[in-house]
Amino acid sequence: MSMNTQGRPTRIEHDIDPGGYETLSGSRGLDQAEPLLFERGSLEVTGVDLPTPKGGLNRLGTMKREGPIGLPGLAEPEAMRHYVRLSRKNYAIDLGLYPLGSCTMKHNPRLNEKMARLPGFADIHPLQPEKTVQGAYKLIEELARWLMVLTNTPAVAMSPKAGAHGELCGMMAIRAALDARGETGRRRVLVPESAHGTNPATAVQCGFFTDEIPADKTGRVDMEAFKAKLGDDVAGIMLTNPNTCGLFERDIKEIADLIHEAGGYFYCDGANFNAIVGRVRPGDLGIDAMHINLHKTFSTPHGGGGPGSGPTVFSEALAPFAPLPFIVKTADGAQLKMAENDGDADGEARPFGRLTAFHGQMGMFTRALTYMMSHGADGLKQASEDAVLNANYILARLKDVMTPAFDGTCMHEALFDDRFLKDTGVTTLDFAKAMIDEGYHPMTMYFPLVVHGAMLIEPTETESKSGLDRFCDVLLGLAAAAAAGDADRFRAAPVHAPMRRLDETRAARQPVLRWTPPVAEAAE
Amino acid sequence: MRYLPLTPADRQDMLKRIGAASIDALFTDVPEAARLDGPVDLPMHQTELQVERALSKLAGENTPASSVPFFVGAGAYKHHVPATVDHLIQRSEFLTAYTPYQPEISQGTLQTLFEFQTQVALMTGMDVANASMYDGSTACGEAVLMAARVTKRKKAVLAGSLHPHYAATTKTLAKYMDIAVASTAPDLDGLAGIAETIDDETACVVIQTPDVFGRLHDLTEISEKAHKHGALVIAVFTEPVSLGLVKSPGEMGADIAVGEGQGIGVGLNFGGPYVGLFACKNDRNFIRNLPGRLAGETVDADGRRGYVLTLSTREQHIRRDKATSNICTNSGLCALAFTIHMTLLGEKGLTTLAQLNHETACDLADRLSAVAGVELLTDTFFNEFALRLTKPAADVVDALVDRGVLGGVPASRLYPGEGLDDVLIVAATETNTPEDLAAFETALREVLA
Repeated sequence: MSMNTQGRPTRIEHDIDPGGYETLSGSRGLDQAEPLLFERGSLEVTGVDLPTPKGGLNRLGTMKREGPIGLPGLAEPEAMRHYVRLSRKNYAIDLGLYPLGSCTMKHNPRLNEKMARLPGFADIHPLQPEKTVQGAYKLIEELARWLMVLTNTPAVAMSPKAGAHGELCGMMAIRAALDARGETGRRRVLVPESAHGTNPATAVQCGFFTDEIPADKTGRVDMEAFKAKLGDDVAGIMLTNPNTCGLFERDIKEIADLIHEAGGYFYCDGANFNAIVGRVRPGDLGIDAMHINLHKTFSTPHGGGGPGSGPTVFSEALAPFAPLPFIVKTADGAQLKMAENDGDADGEARPFGRLTAFHGQMGMFTRALTYMMSHGADGLKQASEDAVLNANYILARLKDVMTPAFDGTCMHEALFDDRFLKDTGVTTLDFAKAMIDEGYHPMTMYFPLVVHGAMLIEPTETESKSGLDRFCDVLLGLAAAAAAGDADRFRAAPVHAPMRRLDETRAARQPVLRWTPPVAEAAE
Repeated sequence: MRYLPLTPADRQDMLKRIGAASIDALFTDVPEAARLDGPVDLPMHQTELQVERALSKLAGENTPASSVPFFVGAGAYKHHVPATVDHLIQRSEFLTAYTPYQPEISQGTLQTLFEFQTQVALMTGMDVANASMYDGSTACGEAVLMAARVTKRKKAVLAGSLHPHYAATTKTLAKYMDIAVASTAPDLDGLAGIAETIDDETACVVIQTPDVFGRLHDLTEISEKAHKHGALVIAVFTEPVSLGLVKSPGEMGADIAVGEGQGIGVGLNFGGPYVGLFACKNDRNFIRNLPGRLAGETVDADGRRGYVLTLSTREQHIRRDKATSNICTNSGLCALAFTIHMTLLGEKGLTTLAQLNHETACDLADRLSAVAGVELLTDTFFNEFALRLTKPAADVVDALVDRGVLGGVPASRLYPGEGLDDVLIVAATETNTPEDLAAFETALREVLA
C-alpha cells in the first residue's frame, strides 16, 4: 500500500474516466520526451573540468580557427539524463527475446566487457613497441587458433572489421588467387537468390559480376541450375550455410567439388556459423574462405549497429593471399611480431593488400575469446544445439497456425511466409508491428527475398523453454486475431511503443540529415 | 553452462514436441563425412574466475599507456575519457540493441545518431555526415570511391604524408574498381608536387591535416585548383581533437572530410574498434553517392518528431550489386561514445582540450629539440611532430622502452625503405604531465649521448 505525505493510503478512484489527453510536457510518465541535444545544450556549458590553458604558445601558423563551431555542451547530470532517457526508447536483448533472423541476438555476457576493459588490452596503442604488447599478440594468436580449430582451416585473417568487411577480404583473396593464376576471364560469381545483399555488393567491389542461382522447392540451391551455370568464366560461388532460409545445404560437398572442378573458389558466408559451431567444421565441407561474425556467433555486443568484427578463415589454396597485417615469429622465435608492410611478408605469402589501419578489432577479440573460453568445446557445441533446438521448438509450436516456408526441420532459425495472413488484410509488416505492442522485437521481415512476406525467427540458445512458450503463445494469439478479422488493430500498431509508425517515405523524399538552427532564430 | 537456460528435462520435452528422437536428428542434413563425433580439440568450459585469471595474465604482459610516460600517436591518441561515457555506453539498451531497423522501439539509437551526424558536420565544417564508418582508414578509402562515382573519373592522388595505413587501405579498396590511385613521395616539409598532379581527369586529391608527421596544411589553394579542374578535395584527419583549434576542412574548401574519431570518447584498444567520421557537402549528387548508414528526421502517425534510417536505396540490402558500398554496419557504440564525450565537452570543453594538447606538444617540442642530436622537423603542428635523430629512430624507441618511456613511432615502421630511418613521430596530449615531459627529455638525452 502506498502512502501519501499525510500518511493516508492512496485511494483508487474507480468512477473517473481519464479519457485520452496530451500531456503538457510531451512525456508519458516514465516514457519521457527528450529534445535534441542542440535544443537543450549551450555553447557556454561544459561537463568536463579541465585545467586552464597557459595561453601564448602557438605553433599553428595560419591554421588557427577563428569562428565558432556551434557545438553545445551539457553539464554531467544533464548529459546523464539526456542519454539515459534516450536509452529507454530502445529495445534490447537485455529486455527480452530479440528474434531477428540472421542477426543472432544472443546474451552478451558482462565478463566479456570486463575483460575487454583490462588496461592491458584497452589502454595499449597499436603502434607502441612490439615488446610491450606481446600479451596482446598472444591473445590474437589464441583467438586465431580457436577459429582455425573450429573451422578446420589452416589460416585466418584477423583484421576485417565487420562481416561485410570479411566478405571483402575473402573475395579479394579469390580475385588475387585468380590473378596469380593469370585467369583474367573469370569474373562471374554465382550467388543464390536468397543471399544477403552484401554478397553481390562485395563481389562487385572485387571487379566481379554476379549471376543468381534459384532455390529449389526445399529452399536450397537448385543443383541442376547450379551445374548449368558452371563454366570457365566462373570465379566462384558465394554461399551462406546454413542458408538464409535457416536450412543446411545438403549438397554442399558436391557444390564445393563442382566449383573446384570448374576452376572456381568457394566463398562461404559465415553469418550463420552459430548453428553448427562445435558440430560441423566448414573446412570439412570444402570451403576456401569464410568470414566469422564475432558479433553474432561469439556474442560481442551489437551496440545498436556495430562495431562488429569479421575474421576470415582460408583454405591452403587462398592462405598465401591473406591481407596484411598478420602475426609472425621473430627470427629467433622468441617473440611475436606483426607483419605490417609488403616487405615483412616472406615465404609463400603474397598478401593482396591491407583492409584497414592497424590490426583489427582488438576489443572484439578479447570479448570473443572470453566467450569461447567460458563455453569451451563442450559449451560451444551445446550452444549450437540449443539454438537449433529452440528454433525447431518454435517451428513445431507455430507450424499448424502460421505457415512454414518449407517442409521439415530447420537449423537455428525458423522461416514462415505470409500465407496464413491471406485475406486477413494484415501484412507481414502489420504483424511485426503488433508484436512490438506485445513487448517483443519483431522477427526479420521480408528477408530472404525468395519467400513471400517472409518472417525469419531466430531465438538463439539464450531463451528458456518457458520464455519460448510465452512468445509462441503471443504469436498464436496474434495469428488468431488476424484470422478473426481484427485488421485495424494490426494496421494501427504499434500504439504502446515510444513512437507510432514513422513516415519513412517522407524521410527519404525530404531528407533532413542533421539539426539546423530554427529559421526565425537564424535570421536574427 | 551459465549462459544456457535449457535444462536436460527441457531439452527432452522439446525434442518430443518436435518429434525428433535426439538432437542428432536435427542435424541429418549435414553430410555424414562432416559430422563430428565428439567435441573439437579445444579446452572444456571454464568458470568466470578461471577465464578472468587467464585473460588477466595476458593483459599483464602488455604495458598500458597510462602506466608510463606515453608519446605514441600516428593515427591513435591517448586521451582522458570521462567515466560517464563508459557508463552510458554500457547501458543495456544501447549495448545490446541491434541496428535500428524498427524505429518505433529504437529512437534512442536513432536520435543519438542524428545528433552524432550533426556534431560531425559542425566540427568538420561540412553540411552533412553519415552515421559513421568502421574507422578513419576505411572512411578514407570509401571517400575516394565516392569521389570517383560523383565525378565519374578514375584517377585519385594521395599526398605522401597521408597515414601509410590509410593509403594502403585506400589502394586496396580501389584496386579492383578500375580506379588508379597514386601517392606522392612522403614529404616532411609540405605538399610538394601534389598540385601539379591535378588535371581534368582527376577525381580527387586526398590530403591529411595534421598529416602523419603532425604538420598542418592549409587546403584553400589546392581546393581552388582542384575545383577549377572539376576534381574533389578529400581532407583527412586522424586526430579529431585538433578540430577544436584549427581551421575545419569545410572552411578550407574541402568537398569531403573523413577521419578517425577515436580521440574523442574511444580508448586506444590496440587499434580497434574505432569510429570513422565521414562528412560532405550538401549536394544531391554527393548524398546519393554516400556510403554507409544515415539517420534522418521524420514524423510518426501522430505527427510527433522521430528518426529513422533513411536513403537506404543506396545500400546493399536494397540495391545489392548496384549499392554504393558493401557496408552494412556502422561503428554504432563507438559513435555513441564519441557523441557522449563531445556532448560533455561542448564547444567550450573541446576548445580548451585542444588548447591543452597544443600547449603540451609545444612544451615537449621545445624540450626535445634542445637535446643534442635532435632536430625538430615540423614548424606548424597541433599535438604531434617529427624529429630527426642522430641514431636510427627504431633503436632509440627500443632503448627508451628500457628507460620506461614509450617515446613515439619510428617513421620507418610506417615507411620502411623510404630513407626515413632517423625520423621519430612524437605525440603529446593533455594526459602528459610535466614530469612525463621531463622523463622523456632525460631518457632521450641518455639514449642519444
